[in-house]
Amino acid sequence: MKWLRSRAALAAISVLALTLVPLSKRVDGFRVGSKKFTESVVLGEAVTLMARNAGVPVLHARELGGTRVLFEALKSGSIDVYAEYTGTIAEEILAGSQPSDRSPSPAADLEPMRTALQRLGIGLSEPLGFNNGYGIGMLEERARELRIETLSDLASHPDLALGFSSEFMDRADGWPALRQAYGLPQPNVAGMDHDLAYRQLTSGEIDGVDVYTTDADIEYYGLRVLEDDRAHFPRYDAVLLYRLDLATRAPELLASILRLEGTLDERSMRAMNAKARLERIPESQVAGSFLEDTLSIDMGDARDAGTKSVGARIWRRTLEHLQLVRLSFVLAVLIGLPLGVLAAKASRLGAVILGVVGVIQTIPALALLVLLIQPVAALGLPSVGAGSVAAIAALFLYSLLPIVRNTCDGLRSLSPDLQESARALGLPASSRLLSIELPLASRTILAGLKTALVLNIGFATLGALIGAGGYGQPILTGIRLDDHGLILEGAVPAAAMALAAQALFSVLDRVWIPKGLRLANPA
Amino acid sequence: MCAVTERSHPTFLRDRYNEASRRLRVAGSVHYPRHSVISLKKVAKSFGDAAAVEDLDLEIAAQETTVLIGPSGCGKSTLLRMMLGLLPPTSGQVCFQGEPVTPLTSASLRQRLGYVIQGGGLFPHLTAEGNVTLLARHLGRDADWIQARVVELANTARLDEALLQRYPLEMSGGQQQRVALMRALMLDPDVLLLDEPLGALDPIVRAELQEDLRHAFRSLGKTVVLVTHDLMEARYFADSIVLMQAGRMLQIGTYEDLVERPAAPFVTRFVSAQRPAFASGASA
Repeated sequence: MKWLRSRAALAAISVLALTLVPLSKRVDGFRVGSKKFTESVVLGEAVTLMARNAGVPVLHARELGGTRVLFEALKSGSIDVYAEYTGTIAEEILAGSQPSDRSPSPAADLEPMRTALQRLGIGLSEPLGFNNGYGIGMLEERARELRIETLSDLASHPDLALGFSSEFMDRADGWPALRQAYGLPQPNVAGMDHDLAYRQLTSGEIDGVDVYTTDADIEYYGLRVLEDDRAHFPRYDAVLLYRLDLATRAPELLASILRLEGTLDERSMRAMNAKARLERIPESQVAGSFLEDTLSIDMGDARDAGTKSVGARIWRRTLEHLQLVRLSFVLAVLIGLPLGVLAAKASRLGAVILGVVGVIQTIPALALLVLLIQPVAALGLPSVGAGSVAAIAALFLYSLLPIVRNTCDGLRSLSPDLQESARALGLPASSRLLSIELPLASRTILAGLKTALVLNIGFATLGALIGAGGYGQPILTGIRLDDHGLILEGAVPAAAMALAAQALFSVLDRVWIPKGLRLANPA
Repeated sequence: MCAVTERSHPTFLRDRYNEASRRLRVAGSVHYPRHSVISLKKVAKSFGDAAAVEDLDLEIAAQETTVLIGPSGCGKSTLLRMMLGLLPPTSGQVCFQGEPVTPLTSASLRQRLGYVIQGGGLFPHLTAEGNVTLLARHLGRDADWIQARVVELANTARLDEALLQRYPLEMSGGQQQRVALMRALMLDPDVLLLDEPLGALDPIVRAELQEDLRHAFRSLGKTVVLVTHDLMEARYFADSIVLMQAGRMLQIGTYEDLVERPAAPFVTRFVSAQRPAFASGASA
């Protein structure tokens, strides 16, 4: 009991310190979200700058994830506004809730969509101006040479070779539908990797590729996007989705961001994408210059607010990362230890517990994160963004296995002689557990905790997939921008934190493993 | 229920004892227990299909040292564990001071029994003193009392007090056994059960500890049940020896009974296999 009591205080203090010390101050104000691709981030920056320009404190939760994540975050109030596309709203967000009109004509038929969204408490802006849909791109020179301007023009050139991404080849609304709509005769159509397609295009082996109409690559390779003269492709007009309560909570903010309506044509968006992606100019600067030029808004300080020194960025990521790790880990210890004891003591229940915990471990991280968003949001907890409870819950679940299994193994592998001695002494089961069995198993249990913590620190980088921040954020951005420096900015500190956790445990081993046991095995 | 069997109402016990004695052909020197502390009635234990103990009746006499002896696997350790309530019998009943030993009562009963297993079974994460005082502290005994008791027991077990702060892994086998004895005696139990307490020790340490153990048993006046496979050790300690083979009790008696009045051919074989050569030479 002495072993226990002296350390119980220590444990209580460390748990309190771990969970209660605030790591990042809670950001008051409004939150703009963006998806994890460059255009969405640029738009997010533009919205953020417009809001700051109206004098409202806002935070840009960058690269939160995909459509589901963003929309759930908007619905649950984790974010207040983000840029979406009409096609996506029709096909993904409202799919099933309204008669599917696969090709909403430009700007005309937003009303049914607006009504449907209104029921969810969400407002829909007018289109920002550009359409980021499917298109067919040809080298400008080649198109001029063949006098091809529209998709209809393709019909008279049956010998053109086309190379499409496999997604475009397979989707019903991709090549099969396009071929039918325009009566295209080309027999020479191949499915291939998108990057490869661009290379073949520039070397003249193929004549046309599928593109997104605002893709930075269009600028980069000097492509002409053929006009969709029969309005075949669904429209992906950029719009803003925002919480309707902004109208009362921050009318000046809403008014300011809605000034973006109709200001952005495809050419400007493509140029901005190219600057951000190809020239690696920070998105805030790209968006800022655009707003200054187009809307003659003086961005001044607002634009620089986003850029920070590397040190400051890493420090902030460290705090975010620690936030994810400490909450999930402490929770995993508090739940995992009793589960491990239960598993060791009740053999049948134990098999069930170990089975379930083991299966959780096999769920792919991304799936688990996304699966957790909805239930977490339903509980009214922040589901995405910094402090995401979904990310913490996922990390908690992943940390359980090593803790439960080692606790169980540690207790099960105690020497039968010692267990018999303890029973023969007449100690009740609870005291045997606390004074004898747990201390004797402490080495194995601590090894489990160490494994859990190190894994947790690694897994926590995935939290960035749903905008939870941490070291995963620069890694994701780095992957998006193909910027190795940025990837290292996340990967190196993450590795360092894992090493620090190892070191911490070699100290904890000295404190927690009773001296009498350490004599046996000085390693 | 178990009757507390005493001299004042001995009929039932004496009858049964006599019957058992007849059956075992124990002649002459049977001493009736003044008071039976542990009684086993028709006790059997099997593990799966294998019978470890078969249909066994035994009374452990108060303040005497009873030694259970027999070859490996004869069921002597199983019997000891059933007395402690560590193993429930498959059939039959074990009583401790008149109370039936059941899974419900066994934990509290065990606090009135001291148990020493082969190798000591000391908890390696606790110091010698921590081991000795564990249960007393759990029961909330007064710290001064505990301190005084530890000093007294160190004396009884002839353990250097300086060793009390050591961990088991820092002690020799003999020292560990002394600590295990102290731990078993801490709460002044009525009965002391020892399973091969000297089994793992080298001969010199063994001889020393053997002497100290007997000294302790005699001076404390405890009821002692000791398991061994060594006949000379049994002879050294025992007021009565219970010889077992294959889960059955073959004979109860003194060493001399076993030698001079063997109840079965196996008794003779067992005895002659273990008697020192010079002893057999002397008797010839």
